[in-house]
Amino acid sequence: MSQDIQSKLMVGILDIDLCGPSIPRMLNVLNSAVHQCDAGWVPVYVDKDKTMCIMSIGFLLETPDDAVIWRGPKKTALIKQFISDVAWGELDYLIVDTPPGTSDEHISVVECLRQHKPDGALLVTTPQAVSIGDVRRELTFCKKTGLPVVGIIENMSGFVCPNCSECTNIFSSGGGEALAEQSRVPFLGCVPLDPQLSHSLEEGRNFIQAFPKSATFDAINNIVEKILSNNNESSTLHT
Amino acid sequence: MADVPSNAPSHCPGTGSDNAGKASACQGCPNQAFCASGASKATDPAIQEIKDKMASVKHKILVLSGKGGVGKSTFSAHLAHGIASDDSKQVALLDADMCGPSIPKIMGVEGEQVHQSGSGWSPVYVEENLGIMSIGFLLSSLDDAVIWRGPKKNGLIKQFLRDVDWGEVDYLIVDTPPGTSDEHLSIVQYLSATQVDGAVIITTPQEVSLQDVRKEINFCRKVNLPIIGVVENMSGFVCPKCQHESQIFPPTTGGAMKMCKDLSIPFLGKVPLDPRIGKSCDEGKSFLTEIPGSSATVVYKDIIHRIQEHCATHQSDVEATA
Repeated sequence: MSQDIQSKLMVGILDIDLCGPSIPRMLNVLNSAVHQCDAGWVPVYVDKDKTMCIMSIGFLLETPDDAVIWRGPKKTALIKQFISDVAWGELDYLIVDTPPGTSDEHISVVECLRQHKPDGALLVTTPQAVSIGDVRRELTFCKKTGLPVVGIIENMSGFVCPNCSECTNIFSSGGGEALAEQSRVPFLGCVPLDPQLSHSLEEGRNFIQAFPKSATFDAINNIVEKILSNNNESSTLHT
Repeated sequence: MADVPSNAPSHCPGTGSDNAGKASACQGCPNQAFCASGASKATDPAIQEIKDKMASVKHKILVLSGKGGVGKSTFSAHLAHGIASDDSKQVALLDADMCGPSIPKIMGVEGEQVHQSGSGWSPVYVEENLGIMSIGFLLSSLDDAVIWRGPKKNGLIKQFLRDVDWGEVDYLIVDTPPGTSDEHLSIVQYLSATQVDGAVIITTPQEVSLQDVRKEINFCRKVNLPIIGVVENMSGFVCPKCQHESQIFPPTTGGAMKMCKDLSIPFLGKVPLDPRIGKSCDEGKSFLTEIPGSSATVVYKDIIHRIQEHCATHQSDVEATA
């Protein structure tokens, strides 16, 4: 998603999934390192024009296979550092990618960002009831912590067979939209299951540049447009 | 030594050693008096209590994954269903995912309550020989979020292991949340005095997921948890109309099989993406009995069989050393 916003604005991505950081691989900056400067840690820039920068624990590990076996307090400390000690520079958007659940990482990041007034949270779900159940709890988390909900996105919703174009709802369908209606939050759209998308993420290629004509691109683009129009004067998103 | 804190002075003898607080390296350490008093050597009494409780449990299996949403709970549920299809086996399924308990939904017992008895909490029984415990049974509504930091989660895990009246059980399956954090450390620590048969690790075929699985394997090695094997889930989708197989999550680096070979750990099998699996989970039914003829069922049964075999050899190993 950030790759789409990037075409117009300055974006920062903060990956606070400390046990499973995937952002560096997905954006093809796997072997970069974080440097220090006067203002703090320098985030890793993805492109030459410096329109997108990333901070992730993946950059701080010696090898990509290193496990981060930490209990809560240590995770909280690192998240605090990521928010206060990284020299993000001027950004239009900061997108925070969180791990699954409603625990240490989530409580900490919401606490740290409260003084910066985050724009809100995007909730990503898959269509089946089992996943919807967890998102209901996530919605309660947002309500209890006073975090506004930007909207719900339904991912992996339907797969079109490349051979016969039959669309199969592998993980059922419509769950995200139904939940959004029921809990009165905006529904931002569906993103189909697309092997080309997962392939691009594996290799860290920009899906949006590689397949500008695919239906998946349209879906993502629509969602991004909706988010941007909601947030005309803003700075922080939170997935 | 395992009990040397990461921020300890160099040459720290370890908090559990006989020299704790008395070695020359302890001079000036803020915790010297505490270590010297012997309090640091005391182990959590719960570990012994859990050991006594687990004496009636023959096999303990942990289900782990690196990423979220790769199908841990689905697999745990079907592992439980599969083993319990043999009436002579008593199976217990413990859902240790505090923030996203999906086991009640998948097993079709959402909204049930846990009852107290003289010997502890009674698990919820799906079938006569299949009992479940999950935080989902303790919440008052389906919207309730468990917004807890680590120590509170650990406390409940301890209670789940110590205070649930499992009875005589052949297999205890523990479904864990994603990652390598509080819950995992606590489970391994609390079960340290008992014999855990091992961990089954679930992954999807892409490198993004395998990368986290390698972390999980490193975790198992660090905490001395045996690995039963790796299951590749969502591996290939067969179109129900034209039977064409697509790799929705492409194994760009060779998939789980190649990773297992590289790391020399057992590979248990590939479960295909089948929309009916997700559907039976949503309806709280067992896919294995709903659609017994499908290729996914065959794979599931084979994997379950191999896990049981592993447990049987593990048991004879333990008996041989004892």
